[in-house]
Amino acid sequence: MDPSAQWRLHPQVSVRPEPFGALLYHFGTRKLSFLKDRTLVRVVDELLQAPDAIAACDRAGVAAENRATYLRALETLAASHMIEERTA
Amino acid sequence: MNPEHDKGHGDQSETVDAPVVVEDVLVEEVSIDGMCGVY
Amino acid sequence: MSLVDTAPPPTPLRLVDHFERGLDAPICLTWELTYACNLSCVHCLSSSGRRDPRELTTEECKAVIDELERMQVFYVNIGGGEPTVRSDFWELLDYATAHHVGVKFSTNGVKITPEIAQRLAANGYVDVQISLDGATAEVNDHVRGPGSYATAIRAMQHLSDAGMRNFKVSVVCTRQNIPQLDEFKAIADRYGAQLRLTRLRPSGRGADVWDELHPTPGQQRELYDWLLAHGEDVLTGDSFFHLSAYGQALPGLNLCGAGRVVCLIDPVGDVYACPFAIHEEFLAGNVREAGGFTGVWRGSELFARLRQPQSGGACSSCQFFDTCKGGCMAAKFFTGLPLDGPDPECVQGYGEQLLAQRADASGLPKHSGDHSHRTSPPRPRTGMGPVRLTLTRRADLSAPPVSACAEDPLAGFHPEASARSGSRPSAERTN
Repeated sequence: MDPSAQWRLHPQVSVRPEPFGALLYHFGTRKLSFLKDRTLVRVVDELLQAPDAIAACDRAGVAAENRATYLRALETLAASHMIEERTA
Repeated sequence: MNPEHDKGHGDQSETVDAPVVVEDVLVEEVSIDGMCGVY
Repeated sequence: MSLVDTAPPPTPLRLVDHFERGLDAPICLTWELTYACNLSCVHCLSSSGRRDPRELTTEECKAVIDELERMQVFYVNIGGGEPTVRSDFWELLDYATAHHVGVKFSTNGVKITPEIAQRLAANGYVDVQISLDGATAEVNDHVRGPGSYATAIRAMQHLSDAGMRNFKVSVVCTRQNIPQLDEFKAIADRYGAQLRLTRLRPSGRGADVWDELHPTPGQQRELYDWLLAHGEDVLTGDSFFHLSAYGQALPGLNLCGAGRVVCLIDPVGDVYACPFAIHEEFLAGNVREAGGFTGVWRGSELFARLRQPQSGGACSSCQFFDTCKGGCMAAKFFTGLPLDGPDPECVQGYGEQLLAQRADASGLPKHSGDHSHRTSPPRPRTGMGPVRLTLTRRADLSAPPVSACAEDPLAGFHPEASARSGSRPSAERTN
C-alpha cells in the first residue's frame, strides 16, 4: 500500500457509522470490516479529498507517533479492497 | 498539556497527560455469510 | 477539526463483543416473504405450503424495504416458503437493490428459467441460494419430494449458463446426506457455485423428523473435520458454532445473532428473533405496528433482554463456553431443554444427558401456526412423513353399486349370481 498515493473508498463499499467506530460492507466481496476506532473512520472519510494517505491521517488528527498504526490499518483495508487507489 | 482537555481524569492534581495508547490492530474483518439466525 | 482523545481508551472490544450487545440496526436479516410453497419438504423450518391470507401487500413490503434502507441494513436474506411464487417477487427484488439493500434469496429453483437466470446474473446486488439436501435424487427427494432434485440441478445449470458465478448451493446436513459431503462439493464446483452447509434444527416440521434426521455424534465429528479441512471455501451461515467445542473454532463469528444483529420478518409481518424460533416466546412485535420494523428492532422488550449479557448458566464452567456459547437457542427450546444449559447436540455429550432426563415429548413447545399443505394426513411427532397409500380397485366388483335412483326395476338383479351368493345383488353396469 503506497501511503503517498491517492486513495478512496471502493465504490461498492457501504460505510455505516456506529458508536464504536464503523462497519464497512463490500457488496462485491461480501466481506464486513469493523473499524474499531473513530479516528480511523475520520481517516477513511478524509481519503477522497486528501492528496495522499499521510495527509488524510494528519487531517483526521492522527499524532505522528501513531501514524504507522493507522497506515497499517489502511493497508488491511486496501488488501481486502475496501479502499482503492484513485487516479484523478 | 492542558488538564482541562483531559476529560477522563477530573481534577486529580497528580495527573500527567499520558501519551495516547492506540490499540495496534484497528480493523477486524469477517465474512458475514448469514450470521447464525439467518438461513 | 477533531482531536485525538487524550484519555487512554479502554481495551477495545472485539467485533463479537459489540454484536452481543446488539446494534441500532441489523447487519442482515431473514425475510420470509410467503408461506406458499410448491414443495412440502419434511424438515421445513417454517412449516410452509399454504399462503397465509394476511401476507404483507406489495406496498407494505416496499415500506419495509424503505426502512431497511434508512437503517442501512446491508442485505436481506429472502426466503419463505418459496419466495419466487409471489407474483411481485421480481418487482420487490429490483426495488430492494435499487434502494441499496442487497438481496440473497433462497429458492428450490422452480422459477429459475434461463431468462430469469440472465437477469439475476446481471444484478451485482443479488445472490441466489439453491436448496439441495442430497447429492443424489434418491437422498434429496426423500426429504424434499419427487422431482425436486431435478428442479434444483436445472436451476443451477441455467445460472451457470447465464454466467452467474458463486451462487450458493445450500444444504441442510442430515444423517442421510453427511456421507455425501465430497459429492456436494463436486456439484457446487461443477456449476461454478459455492457450497454452503447448514444445521438442521428441530424447528417447524423439523421437529417431527429431528429424531431420525439429526446427525449422530460420530457424524458431527466427521462434519467438523470436513469443515475445518475446507476452511473458507465452504460457507456455514455460522450455524455450527456449537462444534467449536471440539477444539479449534470454525471460521465465522461463532455467535448467535438472534435479536442482536439479525432477526426474522415473517410473511404476515411478525418479527421473531430467529427464523428457527417461530414461537410466541421469541416474537418481538409486528412491522404493521405504529413504529414499523425500526420500532420493533429498537424497542422490543424481547430484544432488549437478548442484548443483555447472557449468563452461561450450567455451561459457563465448560472450557469451551467462550466459542460454543451454549449452542443454539432454538434447538434447546424446541427439544424442551433450558436455554441456560447445553445444546441438545452438545459435542461433550451434556445435551444428550439432559434430554434423557427431560419430560416426555408431548410437553414440547410447538411451532406457531402451521401452513403445511393439507394433501396428506398430519405427520406424527415421530416417523418420516406422509403415509404412502396405493389406490386399487376391488377385484370382485366390475361396476359401481346400483344407484337408489335407478329406474329399471331389474337393475342389479342377476338370478345366477343370486343363487350362488344368497340374497345379495351383484353389481351390474347400468346404462
